[in-house]
Amino acid sequence: MSEVTQPQLGLLGWLRWMWRQLTSMRTALLLLLLLAIAAVPGSTFPQRSINATRTAQWIADHPTAGKVLDRLGFFEVYASPWFAAIYLLLFVSLVGCVLPRAKVHWKALRTRPPRAPKHPDRLGAAHVVTVDGSPDQVLEQWRAALRRSRFRVDSHDESSVSAEKGYLKETGNLLFHLALIGIIVGVGWGHVFGWKGDVILPEGKTFANTISRYDTFAPGPSVDVNDLTPWTVTLTRLDAVFEDDPAVKGQLGMPRDFTAHVDYARDPGGAATLETIKVNHPLETTDGTVFLLGNGYAPHITVRDATGTVIYSDATPFLAQDNNYKSVGAVKVPGATPKDLGFAGLFLPTGTITSHGPTSIFPQPLDPYLALTVFEGELFPDGAPQSVYSLDTSHLTQLTQEGTSDPLRLWIKKGQTMELPGGRGSITFDGVDRWAGLSIRTDPGKSLTLAAALLALAGLIAMLTVRRRRVFVRVSEAQPGPDGSPRTLVRVGGLAKDDDEGMGEVLTDLAERVHPRTSTGPSAARPKDRRTTDE
Amino acid sequence: MSDLALAQLSMASLYSAMGVLTLAMLAYAAHLAWLLPARSEAKDLKAAQAAHAAERQRELAPVGGGPTAGGEHPAYEVGDASTEAHDEEPLRARKAAGIAGALSILGTLLLTAAVVLRGLEVHRMPLGNMFEFAITGAMFVMLAYTGWSLRRDLRWLGVFITGPVLITLGMAVTVWYVDAAELMPSLKSYWLVIHVTIATIAMALFGIGAAINGLYLWQDRVEGGTTRSFMNRLPAARQLEKLAYGLHVIAFPLWTFTVIAGAIWARQAWGSYWNWDPKEVWSFVIWVVYAAYLHARVTSGWRRQNAAMIALAGFACIIVNYGIVNVFFVGQHSYSGL
Repeated sequence: MSEVTQPQLGLLGWLRWMWRQLTSMRTALLLLLLLAIAAVPGSTFPQRSINATRTAQWIADHPTAGKVLDRLGFFEVYASPWFAAIYLLLFVSLVGCVLPRAKVHWKALRTRPPRAPKHPDRLGAAHVVTVDGSPDQVLEQWRAALRRSRFRVDSHDESSVSAEKGYLKETGNLLFHLALIGIIVGVGWGHVFGWKGDVILPEGKTFANTISRYDTFAPGPSVDVNDLTPWTVTLTRLDAVFEDDPAVKGQLGMPRDFTAHVDYARDPGGAATLETIKVNHPLETTDGTVFLLGNGYAPHITVRDATGTVIYSDATPFLAQDNNYKSVGAVKVPGATPKDLGFAGLFLPTGTITSHGPTSIFPQPLDPYLALTVFEGELFPDGAPQSVYSLDTSHLTQLTQEGTSDPLRLWIKKGQTMELPGGRGSITFDGVDRWAGLSIRTDPGKSLTLAAALLALAGLIAMLTVRRRRVFVRVSEAQPGPDGSPRTLVRVGGLAKDDDEGMGEVLTDLAERVHPRTSTGPSAARPKDRRTTDE
Repeated sequence: MSDLALAQLSMASLYSAMGVLTLAMLAYAAHLAWLLPARSEAKDLKAAQAAHAAERQRELAPVGGGPTAGGEHPAYEVGDASTEAHDEEPLRARKAAGIAGALSILGTLLLTAAVVLRGLEVHRMPLGNMFEFAITGAMFVMLAYTGWSLRRDLRWLGVFITGPVLITLGMAVTVWYVDAAELMPSLKSYWLVIHVTIATIAMALFGIGAAINGLYLWQDRVEGGTTRSFMNRLPAARQLEKLAYGLHVIAFPLWTFTVIAGAIWARQAWGSYWNWDPKEVWSFVIWVVYAAYLHARVTSGWRRQNAAMIALAGFACIIVNYGIVNVFFVGQHSYSGL
């Protein structure tokens, strides 16, 4: 006996040990806490999927930290491997815990309540009473009362009853956890089979639901982008209402309502119906839902060459930069002579010039201005894609005021025409249209996600409110009454899962229902005594 | 009545509620202070110790069956307000609690009036900005507390409810106040009523639960020791823990519903039911932390005290979500109006 042999854990043993660790409640708890902590950086650092510009700006502002954090996935937290690792482990742990429990519960649902103990009155909650009637009669009364209270009732011998209720608690528990898996599946389904696209649509223009018409388009991996239903939407008018009452403190110019009036046709060229799209009121189409997520101004600009021939004339969307719709944009005129012409600058719905330069003081187009600088040269030097709202100035030279080196600045009021220097023609600010920023999205997984979430909620309520309770009744013959009538000693015990303050009360209520006070013998324990037997 | 008159009446009602609740808080504090027999005046340490021992004996003497096992304290019997418990209370403590109870009911009514008047003034549910959210939340806390007080003896809890409520209202009128205004387009939806009302009720219940859990952890340290404290007159630690759990059991499904309703609304307003907006992130974090609390409570080998700490961490997340995310984080929930 000099050596103690250690039991050897083989590979299988180790795997089994790891599986047990992973599926333990304690691990699940730690993973839950870890998940909560891991989610936080996504709210403190800008996220690329939400705002790519702000993310790029943050990295530029913090060159060292930005680079490191970017590599660690802090700007795409919810797509990062470490976040995925936590929730996948959590779900593996959940499945490993829930499936065996489901099996046990399935068996329990079909098993009868266990045999009543010899002395049920020794259980946590108990009730002892002597009543009139034979043991069989009394037992039958208890059976009926327990059934009425929705207990499952069974007898293992002639002098006892076993009853159990509250199976719904574990059913709810399992439903909740399985529904969480349903939510994950729904979210994943939406990512794989859903798509979303954005388009900026000026008033009067028509959008057809085809991939080429989108400004940006993000399909899921299993979406056939050539299979979109080509419905069309024509923006007839966009109404925008802003607070115009200066008496409301701090609210002047705040948005109040945006309504896009559109003609919607299910098929191109087919009959169109009048529809409105508002912020909380999207348009459901045959393929995707149209949301109004942005708006802005598209000043109508015309450029003529020296002979007066129109070489550009269009509503040109500008992007709002602040609450008063100071907007940036560009006009690109590749057909100008002798070289391409480009205009870049600001649109101001209620324009004014301050010491900080041109700005807008109200979001409505009360006094619209364009503030532009002019470039010439090659607009699309290498044919690479570029933003429509800015110029690629690498092959452009800026026009200057004649005789000076100061850049040429055009300040054009609505309706005005400005001559360009050197016989390059003229630019006219004809008028102002609005544009609607439409986002079209499909998410085929959303119904599954919602259904699973509601099932989870139902399961949660069941598991938190239902109590699992067992009641055992044992009867025996007692001393007959003075007139020789049979009397019975009833011993009732209750057993509850977890701590259950209501168990004693349940027993008392049952006892009072079965043996109303009038029939209770003088030696019977009154409900008043429940305090002493409860604990 | 004009909107201006309603506004003035609402603020007058709010300030009156704050005054009345301050008095209620003082009366609740006096109640706790007077629950203990007068402290020995003796300066001498030995004399004080002797007096202490004697007092302890006296203190324990009138209790029916003597001290029960496990440091159970008989002053309050949670479950039903037994008359025996009242009999041994000093008269002035009982009077103070009576006054406090009446004042907190009055304060609750005034606070409710302030919220209702604000709603009439803005012609909608007063849940459009942080000020409205704070006063409505405070109202739900007071309604829950006073309503619950009708069913059980919660006088010991009063000071721990009215205090935080007053801090919230103070923040509301000083830092978060904004004039009545129409809502921005994204908030104009009946989901505002559903989502935000339930969120506020859930937060109110989590708040009361956090107060009781804090008392539980405190009581747990005091219990068994010989230090004299008014905590000796509060319900036993085990009972406090159960009360707190009961509140969380109601609040957690409500919070789950809040998140689901928010997701449905987000899909209507922003096109996608989940965008990882900072507010959504924190709602998710809160949900996960409270789920961990409920989990910890049934995990064998985890102490109840640690579970209570997790619940308190959950409430800390609620405070971050409301006080910090709304004001300082850039996101789609930026409606504070500040």
